[in-house]
Amino acid sequence: MDSAAILAEIPRLRRYARALLGDRAAADDLVQDTLERAWSRASLWQAGSDLRAWLFSIMHNLRVDQLRRPEVATRAIAADEAELPTRATQSDRLEVRDLEAALRQLPEEQREVLLLVALEGSSYAEIAAALGIPTGTVMSRLARGRERLRLLLDGRQPGANLRVVR
Amino acid sequence: MSKLPITEADLHAYLDAELPAARRAEVEDYLAANPAEAERVRAWQAQKLELAALFAPVLDEPLPENLRALAAPPPAAVDVQKRPFLPGWSLQRLAAGLLVALLGGVGGWFVHARFEAADRQAQMMPLPRQAAVAHVVFSPDVRRPVEISAEQEDQLVAWLSKRLGTPVRPPRLGALGYELIGGRLLPGNSGPVAQFMYHDASGQRLTLYVTTENAANRDTGFRFAREGPVNVFYWIDGRFGYALSAGIDKGELARVASAVYDQLEHQ
Repeated sequence: MDSAAILAEIPRLRRYARALLGDRAAADDLVQDTLERAWSRASLWQAGSDLRAWLFSIMHNLRVDQLRRPEVATRAIAADEAELPTRATQSDRLEVRDLEAALRQLPEEQREVLLLVALEGSSYAEIAAALGIPTGTVMSRLARGRERLRLLLDGRQPGANLRVVR
Repeated sequence: MSKLPITEADLHAYLDAELPAARRAEVEDYLAANPAEAERVRAWQAQKLELAALFAPVLDEPLPENLRALAAPPPAAVDVQKRPFLPGWSLQRLAAGLLVALLGGVGGWFVHARFEAADRQAQMMPLPRQAAVAHVVFSPDVRRPVEISAEQEDQLVAWLSKRLGTPVRPPRLGALGYELIGGRLLPGNSGPVAQFMYHDASGQRLTLYVTTENAANRDTGFRFAREGPVNVFYWIDGRFGYALSAGIDKGELARVASAVYDQLEHQ
């Protein structure tokens, strides 16, 4: 495998992992695991085939393994975080927050497909190959995810949280 | 001449440019005649663009060094395809096992025992879960929460140190409002572990779980886990694993955890 080609894919892997998991540290951990697994299986990589598709499918399989594992979800805590104040992650743009919050409410299998289409511009056939599912399943997950997201975003009432309730 | 009805899947495929031209034209006609459907497709189109915009900035973030380094093969990268068959089984061991097997039934036992060991390894409970379970089992016990109470702290310390094979001593958390109730010995994944229990003035109980069975010897920083109603802070220091569990909020538990950590450091 070509280091330069891999280096070029890392930002896209990070973007997708971040969007999928929502958490920066967890996303970068997933990317790291993906790269390590890719190197450990370098001999399975067929020169000339689609490196990006291969890396994304490794990431997907790792994620599936993670979700299957009956371990408790844990995350590393930095020393300076010991007081654990709730970090202000609010964006100035309410819509952005709403979109991300709504995205989090989708089942991961729908989120995956939605993000691969929106971020990677992958075709349905490419997604089917990366996730190891039929194209029809890709389409139904996409349809359900998009519609759910639309309804979630429609349900938002701008300014509702500013109203004084007596 | 009759056209196939337009499906939900067609609408998405239209939006994602996955339709052949002829079908695309049919979907366009359909949308022109059905404004409500057109509105839905527009909403999907908008979320697609907004998602792309939302996460685009990640592409421009500088790469963390550990990820950049992994563009090249890691030094320890041994291709699984090239790994020796049955890692961990030396040839001599394998030969010895086979020899014993040939000599009699003991061989079967030998192999059986090895498999069993591997099996146990696979079933090891992670530290935070072990600690949380122990917390849930013993902390609600009003009459007998501990085996040896704080009144006999010397005995408690001597006994647990002896059983764990290394000096262990409960940290003092009085400054944080937590008094020692006592402690007990518990079975861990492969041997004895100790649990110390504390409570505050309101009766809120907190347990510190101490194991010495961390063979991997990989230190960690503080890690946090939630097991149902129980919050757990845990960390690994050499062969010691510590986990502090309580049904209190994360911030307060973090303060207690740092106090425990500091005391253990200066023990």
